[in-house]
Amino acid sequence: MIPEIVFELKQVSFAYDGKQPALENINLTVTAGECLVILGANGSGKSTLLKLLDGLYFPTQGTVCAFGKPLSEDVLRDDDYNFAFRRRIGLVFQDSDVQLFSPSVLDEVAFAPLQLGLSRAEVSQRVDSALTTLRIEKLRDRAPHRLSGGEKRRVALASVLTLNPDVWLLDEPTTGLDPRSQSWLTEFILEQREIGKTVITATHDLDIAEKIATKIYVFDEEHHIVASGEPSEILYDHELLHRCNLVHYHLEAAQQSKHN
Amino acid sequence: MPRNQIDGKFLDETKLKPDMEITSTPKHRHKQSHVLEHTLHGISETLERALFAEEISTRPGLFQSLDPRVKIISVLALLVSVSLSRSLLVIAGIYLLTLIFGLASSISAGFFIKRVWLALPFFTGMIILPALFITPGPALLHLPLGLVITSTGLTTSLFLLLRVSTSVSLTLLLILTTPWNVVLSALTVLHVPDVFILILGMTYRYIYLLLHTANDMFLSRKSRVVGHVDGAEDRRMMAAISGTLLSKSLNMSSEVYLAMQSRGFRGTMITLKPFKMQARDWVWLTIILGVASISVFLGR
Repeated sequence: MIPEIVFELKQVSFAYDGKQPALENINLTVTAGECLVILGANGSGKSTLLKLLDGLYFPTQGTVCAFGKPLSEDVLRDDDYNFAFRRRIGLVFQDSDVQLFSPSVLDEVAFAPLQLGLSRAEVSQRVDSALTTLRIEKLRDRAPHRLSGGEKRRVALASVLTLNPDVWLLDEPTTGLDPRSQSWLTEFILEQREIGKTVITATHDLDIAEKIATKIYVFDEEHHIVASGEPSEILYDHELLHRCNLVHYHLEAAQQSKHN
Repeated sequence: MPRNQIDGKFLDETKLKPDMEITSTPKHRHKQSHVLEHTLHGISETLERALFAEEISTRPGLFQSLDPRVKIISVLALLVSVSLSRSLLVIAGIYLLTLIFGLASSISAGFFIKRVWLALPFFTGMIILPALFITPGPALLHLPLGLVITSTGLTTSLFLLLRVSTSVSLTLLLILTTPWNVVLSALTVLHVPDVFILILGMTYRYIYLLLHTANDMFLSRKSRVVGHVDGAEDRRMMAAISGTLLSKSLNMSSEVYLAMQSRGFRGTMITLKPFKMQARDWVWLTIILGVASISVFLGR
């Protein structure tokens, strides 16, 4: 069986205010069940790409197709399509403070399924399940702004997990996390991959890329995709990683010595 | 030789100019403008106060154990009876009751009284003071400069003082024993629209976040200020920080909106409404509504 094409981007460019380029001529195909990693330095356009995939921004040139249908503001104005689209895709923002806007963890985690029209009983059941999965039951009645960075990230993930999306979009998920939380997050992504979810992670963390990716796309600092392929091809191409500002020469030397 | 690295260039510490050395600054330090210190102190105090209020709300106690909607209705009922009562004794009785509620909710009377009465003279005193002298009525006390305190003036002032202090105490009791997010969620009982509650909640949440950011910016600035800074420089710095904060908050507001859209927000809010009334809540509500009605009756 041919896997479903989740996203197909053809010659997509995007510029903020029409003049500040963030993406240049992007061609990309994502099939269901893939665990894709978008590697790029800060400001290379990774976060913008995720927002395009989530139908929050729309390309200034080219087309973005989601589940075989072109994505546009007009299409998303249709309530039925919007609800179906939002139910299938979950975006976890880089800055958890942006994502956690509700007065309590409970409200935050219940927000998405409630807005998407699920019954209150179903929402309560999903909330309990998400809080248990992410081991944050004790935070249920806490205000999100009182939480630590790791706790905020878990709540942000729980707030998307209640949607049970087919596609996870994760923006710099390991930034600011301590090693234990990073390792827990990696496990979480791998679990999602194992149960057949599509996971697209934007990061410049090569460690997590190596652990989770089935395919990697690399952005250069001019907002182009300059390479794509298996992790084993990309992560050991030091010239490429150095050119895209993804490794420092100290690290590169260390990696080379590790391989030697 | 001890060396420092700044921007990739090595500097000999021995070559630092004398006016850059830490030991050369104390005589200038006291001249440094207090704007930074005051702002930092103000922000820290606000954050600490918010933390302290949240700590009280987690203590075991009478008000903490009630349904937040019951608390809101109880406080509103007592506020109305305080406003309608024309008897000083009745108002004083409600004030006493509030202090007892406070004690039963793990709030010490000293803290409660201090918190209310320290701020009261600034706001109420401005109105009370002239009322003592200008309200027509029988003279009670003659003061120098031909000033006369009238008994009517004294009664009016006492009414105002007691009403304000009792009302403030009641409100304080509510907000000290209930986390802010819960107070907001419970406003649904007053039929406040969900979207309005969400906006109020977000306002509080992001003010808190921006206060933290402002605090970090001031601290970062403070850590780099050496020697005397004049008023003009201080004002420039304040303007720059305000501008940066404004720009940050604008950027954050558009990101927050995207995050809401991403999770299905289409302009109409739907909330979980998780509160459940217990038997004790009904009993409490009945008692308080009874007390409020009797107070209005006795104080008519």
